[in-house]
Amino acid sequence: MASKVQGLTSIGRKVIMALTGFFLMFFLLQHLSINMMSVVSAELFNEVSHFMGTNPIVQGLLQPILIFSVVFHFVWGMYLEYQNNQAREIKYAMYKGSANASWMSRNMIISGLAVLAFLALHFYDFWIPEMNVKYIQGDMSGMLSGTEEYRYYEELVHKFKGQPIRVVLYIISFVMLSLHLLHGFQSSFQSVGYNSTKYTPIIKIAGNIFAIAIPAGFVLVALVHFLSH
Amino acid sequence: MATLDGKIPAGPIKDKWTLYKDMVDLVNPANKRNIDIIVVGTGLAGGSAAATLAEQGYNVKAFCYQDSPRRAHSIAAQGGINAAKNYQGDGDSVHRLFYDTVKGGDYRSREANVHRLAEVSTNIIDQCVAQGVPFARDYGGLLDNRSFGGVLVSRTFYAKGQTGQQLLLGAYSAMNRQIARGKIQMFNRHEMLDLVIIDGKARGIIARNLVTGEIERHSAHAVVLGTGGYGNVFFLSTNAMGSNVTAAWKTHRRGAYFANPCFTQIHPTCIPRSGDYQSKLTLMSESLRNDGRIWVPARLEDVEAIRSGRLKPTAIAEEHRDYYLERRYPAFGNLVPRDVASRAAKERCDAGFGVNATGEAVYLDFAAAIVRYGEEQATIKGEKDATDVRIKELGKSVVEAKYGNLFDMYKQITADNPYETPMMIYPAVHYTMGGLWVDYNLMTTVQGCYAIGEANFSEHGANRLGASALMQGLADGYFVLPYTIGGYLSKDIRTGKISTDSPEFAEAEANVKQKLESLVNNKGTKSVDYYHKKLGNIMWNKCGMSRNEQGLMEAMTEIAELRDDFYKNVSVPGGAYELNQELEKAGRVADFLELGELFAKDALDRNESCGGHFREESVEVGGPQDGEALRDDENYAYVSAWEFTGKPSDAVLHKEQLEFNDIELKQRSYK
Amino acid sequence: MDNMNLTLKIWRQKNAQDKGKMTDYNVTGISEHMSFLEMMDVLNEQLINSGDEPVAFDHDCREGICGSCSMFINGEAHGPVKGTTTCQLHMRSFSDGDTIYIEPFRAKAFPVIKDLIVDRSAFDRIQHAGGYISINTSGNTQDANATPIPKENADLAMDAAMCIGCGACVATCKNSSAMLFVGAKVSQYALLPQGQVESKMRAQNMVAQMDAEGFGNCTNTGACMVECPKGIDLSNIARLNRELLSGSLT
Repeated sequence: MASKVQGLTSIGRKVIMALTGFFLMFFLLQHLSINMMSVVSAELFNEVSHFMGTNPIVQGLLQPILIFSVVFHFVWGMYLEYQNNQAREIKYAMYKGSANASWMSRNMIISGLAVLAFLALHFYDFWIPEMNVKYIQGDMSGMLSGTEEYRYYEELVHKFKGQPIRVVLYIISFVMLSLHLLHGFQSSFQSVGYNSTKYTPIIKIAGNIFAIAIPAGFVLVALVHFLSH
Repeated sequence: MATLDGKIPAGPIKDKWTLYKDMVDLVNPANKRNIDIIVVGTGLAGGSAAATLAEQGYNVKAFCYQDSPRRAHSIAAQGGINAAKNYQGDGDSVHRLFYDTVKGGDYRSREANVHRLAEVSTNIIDQCVAQGVPFARDYGGLLDNRSFGGVLVSRTFYAKGQTGQQLLLGAYSAMNRQIARGKIQMFNRHEMLDLVIIDGKARGIIARNLVTGEIERHSAHAVVLGTGGYGNVFFLSTNAMGSNVTAAWKTHRRGAYFANPCFTQIHPTCIPRSGDYQSKLTLMSESLRNDGRIWVPARLEDVEAIRSGRLKPTAIAEEHRDYYLERRYPAFGNLVPRDVASRAAKERCDAGFGVNATGEAVYLDFAAAIVRYGEEQATIKGEKDATDVRIKELGKSVVEAKYGNLFDMYKQITADNPYETPMMIYPAVHYTMGGLWVDYNLMTTVQGCYAIGEANFSEHGANRLGASALMQGLADGYFVLPYTIGGYLSKDIRTGKISTDSPEFAEAEANVKQKLESLVNNKGTKSVDYYHKKLGNIMWNKCGMSRNEQGLMEAMTEIAELRDDFYKNVSVPGGAYELNQELEKAGRVADFLELGELFAKDALDRNESCGGHFREESVEVGGPQDGEALRDDENYAYVSAWEFTGKPSDAVLHKEQLEFNDIELKQRSYK
Repeated sequence: MDNMNLTLKIWRQKNAQDKGKMTDYNVTGISEHMSFLEMMDVLNEQLINSGDEPVAFDHDCREGICGSCSMFINGEAHGPVKGTTTCQLHMRSFSDGDTIYIEPFRAKAFPVIKDLIVDRSAFDRIQHAGGYISINTSGNTQDANATPIPKENADLAMDAAMCIGCGACVATCKNSSAMLFVGAKVSQYALLPQGQVESKMRAQNMVAQMDAEGFGNCTNTGACMVECPKGIDLSNIARLNRELLSGSLT
């Protein structure tokens, strides 16, 4: 048998989806850990935020990887969805998708696009102002203008305090993220070729916990700041 | 009456095949590239032959009517494949397999062929394992065997209940390798509709592309038929819906003799018919008879009550049950050979004791086995005071481990739970031992036309042993034909490409087209299935498990009349040159309508009972075997090879006398 | 029940070029003991007797092993009962008065030939690309028992080898992916020592052919495993991924 492969196979494509997915899940975990600090202590939150916002490795290396992962995961995901849609030109008159697969697994594009919409809001809320302050205005101090206090905690509280619509949008978005993760977590393992009778059931349980706990944590942070100020 | 030369090589039986291989002419590899071979059918025989011939360097064109070679009906074989490996050290040998096969065939097969089969059987297993066929293994990692079909040794290799599937996929994989190399040109959804003979040699076929309806000419230096059996002449059988005799029958019409058409195997353990709409029958492995007890009610009033739903079989007391096999054959009981078990079931049902709505079913009961295994398990587990419920539970788990997939299949089809209520079974047509007559080289009486696997007649005599069909198909295709065909083709190396523009091709094509057009233009009133069912009825009632002179003569007349009616009144919707499944069926049924008549004629000629062929006139009278089948070696130790002369009823008989030098002929006894 | 009346909504398409459409039929006198295909036989007999063209569909063994039958019934490949092919589905799974949708297996890689018959030769071409072990059928291989194979691996290989190539996995997958089919064949050989020699190349070549045929990408919904009449496990897809990855990385 001689090799006939040229370029990236369909499996290669899904492995990249899985790898970027893994990275994004890792990112979610660390993002949530920092957010949770805001519930415990404003000072701790400020310090860690400042570290993350100014550390050259985080900003110069991890942030580009993150941006690449986000962009890639979305663009690739949509492209694959397009391709998959093309693979059946005439649709069934009657199709019972629910008879053999979960809603989550069949609608990754919907939950994914919802998360993308959320990201737009989130970037508008946090990331764009942050980039503006740091790299356009050149203020790397992390201080509220004219004070000696870090701005991060204030900015966070400001976004949720008395903002029920935003809080509701956040909650909806995180429910969608949860649905995305409920399939995505265990699917990533399958995509990179990991499936064992012994550990796959454990991965599935861990995935469900992750998929519920992480979004719930984000929602908790938003609610705490909405309710307690 | 001409005699037939089987071209059996000289020498002691043990050395015939070796000497033959040493002496047979070979074709130089450079010349093989210039030789084309057509293989029709891609089952175990055709598929393995196509792969091997292509591997040797011939240009192979392979044809199958299915949409992929992987779907040939060999795929449905369940039980296993025999081979004289003697891995179990239980005394098996090539000679013993040879002996069992000749005896099992009731001494109507050709000794030399059977011995060769037994010799190459061991290669098959080596070959299939190397191909990645996942045979069952034991915990030491070595191959497992089971005993099958009442023989004294464990020589059957198996892959769950899907041995045929796995072996076929092995042959299919070997074909795939050659298709990828361009050495096999594969024609899926093509059906052979005629053989083309030029100067006395088979030089090609006419095939119909079943998707477009186009009629195509294909030429070659030799034509190999691996087209299976003709059990569907009975309409209901365990064969696939598409299994047919057309390729073999057209070849017969072109001059190939048809041998022993009446030798049919009727398998005792099939799921009974549930109504007139039934389209096919499903076999269940006969391994079930190792643990199941076969019975019918002893009293007719109980039969009535069961049929009307007033009584459950489990409620019938032991003394009101008739375990008729145990009663009639105390030595072998439920394990009597297939033909004996089948006839006994028919006898009870004909007497009115059939237990389902159609009156054609007997019970196969596992209750006793469940209790027996349960008690055994309780003892092993040290549960001295196990309750009846516990014992049944333990027993069921043993039965489940052994037959779980068969029980599931039964449940799926009938909606009955065989763990709780006895199964219902009835015999069904399963395999045809008869087929195109071939010599030792597997060549038919048409030069350059070969028949392999179930399509030929040779190895199984009047009755085939369990797990031997797979063995024969693969032996012919992998290891026998690739040698023997070389001897013929070595004289054909200077012929060059065969043109399809000859008058012979034109005549055959015109013939095929005329027939197809007359079928679609007939515009009759009755469907093809109507005729097929009628034919099946005649065959089953008069040429089935038990045959007599009067019935066979009636059958011949009735089939001839039915055939006339068919050509007058059959309705085939659609056109000739498009995808038309009714037309495909019509062509096949037309050939069955001829074969059926020859079948009856052959059965009429053979006034003896042997193997699956039971003539009511030829039975033991008096003594312990009273009423059992009586073989007549003095008058019928021959192969009947029929020559077509225009009408099946006018076919001319040629006899190949069978000689038994290495095995002593004995009457069967199971009492 | 011996006298069910049903409304059938069936895809009719004269040939590959025809556009095709769903057409309604009524059948009467259907027994619950009939198989689904026997019900179709009754319909066809009805159509022939009234001078219409019968519905074309693939079928052969009618015992669930050849993989020919391929109907998409009421939104599911091979109908509502799990672990069965269409030919083993019985009418007792339906009730009197039901409306039943009957469509061909749909995928770009499985173009319709006529009515419910589709062209699954893409599966054959994937097998040509690597669905074999490169040994000659000479019979001169080593003895079958020369290499012991752990029973566990042999059993797993058998489970994978049970695939009947019907295409239900493709038909049911929302992406029309053929990964379960390819995964089963790659797994069967990867689990056996005789198949390991070419295992990585086999995975690459079969996947390349699968992609070229226009099947969709696997998104691990698992629908294929649920609808597979032979219960081929999803772990076979993971094994395929693994074989391909390790082949690409080394």
